[in-house]
Amino acid sequence: MAEIRLVDLNHQYDVGGAYALKDVNLTWDDGGAYALLGPSGCGKTTMLNIISGLVRPSEGAVMFNDVDVARTSTADRDIAQVFQFPVIYESMTVRENLEFPLRNRGISKRDASARAVEIAELLQIDHMMKRRAQQLTADAKQLVSLARALVRREVSAILFDEPLTVIDPQKKWELRQALKRVHAELNHTLVYVTHDQTEALTFADEVVVMNAGGVMQKGTPVDLFEQPANTFVGNFIGSPGMNFFSAKVENGVASLAGTKLLEVPSGTQANGDPSDVIGVRPEFVRWHSTPADQRVPVTVTKLNDVGTAVMATFTVDGATGMARLPISDRPETGPGWVSFSRLQLFRNGDSLDNCKPIGLAEGASRA
Amino acid sequence: MTQAVKPRDNRAWYLVAPVMVSIVFTAVIPLMMVINYSVQDIFGQSRLFVGADWFNKTLEDPAFRGSFLRNLAFSIQVLIIQIPLGIVLGLGLPKKGWRSSMALVLMAMPLLIPFNVVGTIWLVFARGDIGLGGYFLNNIVGLDINYAQDSFDAWTTVLVMDTWHWTPLVALLVYAGLRAIPDAYYQAATIDGASKFAIFRYVQLPRLRGVLTIAVLLRFMDSFMIFTEPFVLTGGGPGDTTNFLSISLAQLAQAFNLGPAAAYSLVYFFFIQLSCFIFFTILKRF
Repeated sequence: MAEIRLVDLNHQYDVGGAYALKDVNLTWDDGGAYALLGPSGCGKTTMLNIISGLVRPSEGAVMFNDVDVARTSTADRDIAQVFQFPVIYESMTVRENLEFPLRNRGISKRDASARAVEIAELLQIDHMMKRRAQQLTADAKQLVSLARALVRREVSAILFDEPLTVIDPQKKWELRQALKRVHAELNHTLVYVTHDQTEALTFADEVVVMNAGGVMQKGTPVDLFEQPANTFVGNFIGSPGMNFFSAKVENGVASLAGTKLLEVPSGTQANGDPSDVIGVRPEFVRWHSTPADQRVPVTVTKLNDVGTAVMATFTVDGATGMARLPISDRPETGPGWVSFSRLQLFRNGDSLDNCKPIGLAEGASRA
Repeated sequence: MTQAVKPRDNRAWYLVAPVMVSIVFTAVIPLMMVINYSVQDIFGQSRLFVGADWFNKTLEDPAFRGSFLRNLAFSIQVLIIQIPLGIVLGLGLPKKGWRSSMALVLMAMPLLIPFNVVGTIWLVFARGDIGLGGYFLNNIVGLDINYAQDSFDAWTTVLVMDTWHWTPLVALLVYAGLRAIPDAYYQAATIDGASKFAIFRYVQLPRLRGVLTIAVLLRFMDSFMIFTEPFVLTGGGPGDTTNFLSISLAQLAQAFNLGPAAAYSLVYFFFIQLSCFIFFTILKRF
């Protein structure tokens, strides 16, 4: 078992070219299930390949239990990887596929075979051991490549590079259950790359959000939803993403459309910055037909029924926002008021901590 | 009364007709003529039906048998040499950048040379007195090469010439097959601790199956039908050493022995069909 630490990691594919990874410092705890989430081209796969050793980082260290393995060959690292498309040895049977990594490392035929059976039983693929791998369906092939990742006893971390991309939706759920079962049983460190946030949020204990080669935030799914560290995470997580309205900060108070909403902590620039925005998730917006303190005057322009809720589009101060409202609370188009049960102030894209919401019950917002 | 009658319209056949007509003129009629000749003895205006006589004579003819076995030996040697050599070359080609393009162009050059020019090039190249290759082997390495008189030298020269001419085709097919293997296969094999040989055996070779089937079929057919290059280089000699089926067939036909020549070509044709069918069936099972 291993804790994996990435220290001051930088990577360029071409000397002098753009950075695929920039100043990454990250720790994967032993036995944790992590998701690596981000848009295409953000450096997820690069990071995965650096951990497994397929790519050698330009700078920085990859620590497995305090040993730097950045220059150790892939075969000598205690790591396995499952790829986007099922990678199997088509000319072999399922059994031979599972024995292959063991036989390559000089383990006897008998021991390799016993271990292969053990893992096949765990993944419930023992009935197909004698079949040629080529004849299997895509999801069975992906199970075989997962099993092949698991057969080596010394493997302590398994990396998944969008492993469910080519799998049918119904089968995705089964495979994810198999993964969870394996994790519960064998307690490997799992790192799971995906660009599908539902997959990431349901699978992982902790999620790492990446963008443009950097780590944007690492936290539990709830953290990412309720307290995004920056506007990127706020926008990327959630569907639709967070609403942002430019805020006016004066004398330590942030306001939107003349309504005072947040107290900026002392010690920060009390009179604001042009980049200041107030961020609110559509889920934390409430609609009212009458004005009151801390209610922001808006114009509701569009209503959209989505079955379990009503999505309302509104404008405030010329900016557009979205609200996800319960069906029982269906607003009317035209002028109205909204209040926010949880809101944050962002300066230069980053969340400004310790802002105090005005007029909300203590503890309703920790941001 | 009101039973619906499905309209029948066969006009779609008109669309196929041009192809049918051209196949009839280019393949069916010539083949039927050959079959027609093969069962007759034709001498000027007189024609005599002889049944399977020419076929029996052809099959019993020691010259035919000799050429047939020579051809078979040649094709087997071609496959044994050119397929592995093509795989090695294909594996060794640079994978990207200008080096890759340059290597591909240089290697494909022999494929672009007309067959009789290939024969002429080697006619000069292998000569002991003025040819670069022949002179080098005779005067610097110290062998005694003379493809015009020594039967072993003649055979070897034809084989080397064919290898020079056609191995690039195998190499190009292998190269194309290798490029189609996704990186993830190599990465997975690296993680699984596979040796270079294991990667070749379990990742590359299985994925080259398709292109190698084509390479084997093409090389077998072409080498079994080889004509121009040995015809230019040795004319079938010395003696009968390089007298392949196609060369002796051409001699028969040119002498207007139409009946025997027709039977000869049909046996030849049938054997190539049969062999390709067998190769294809066997290779498909892997």
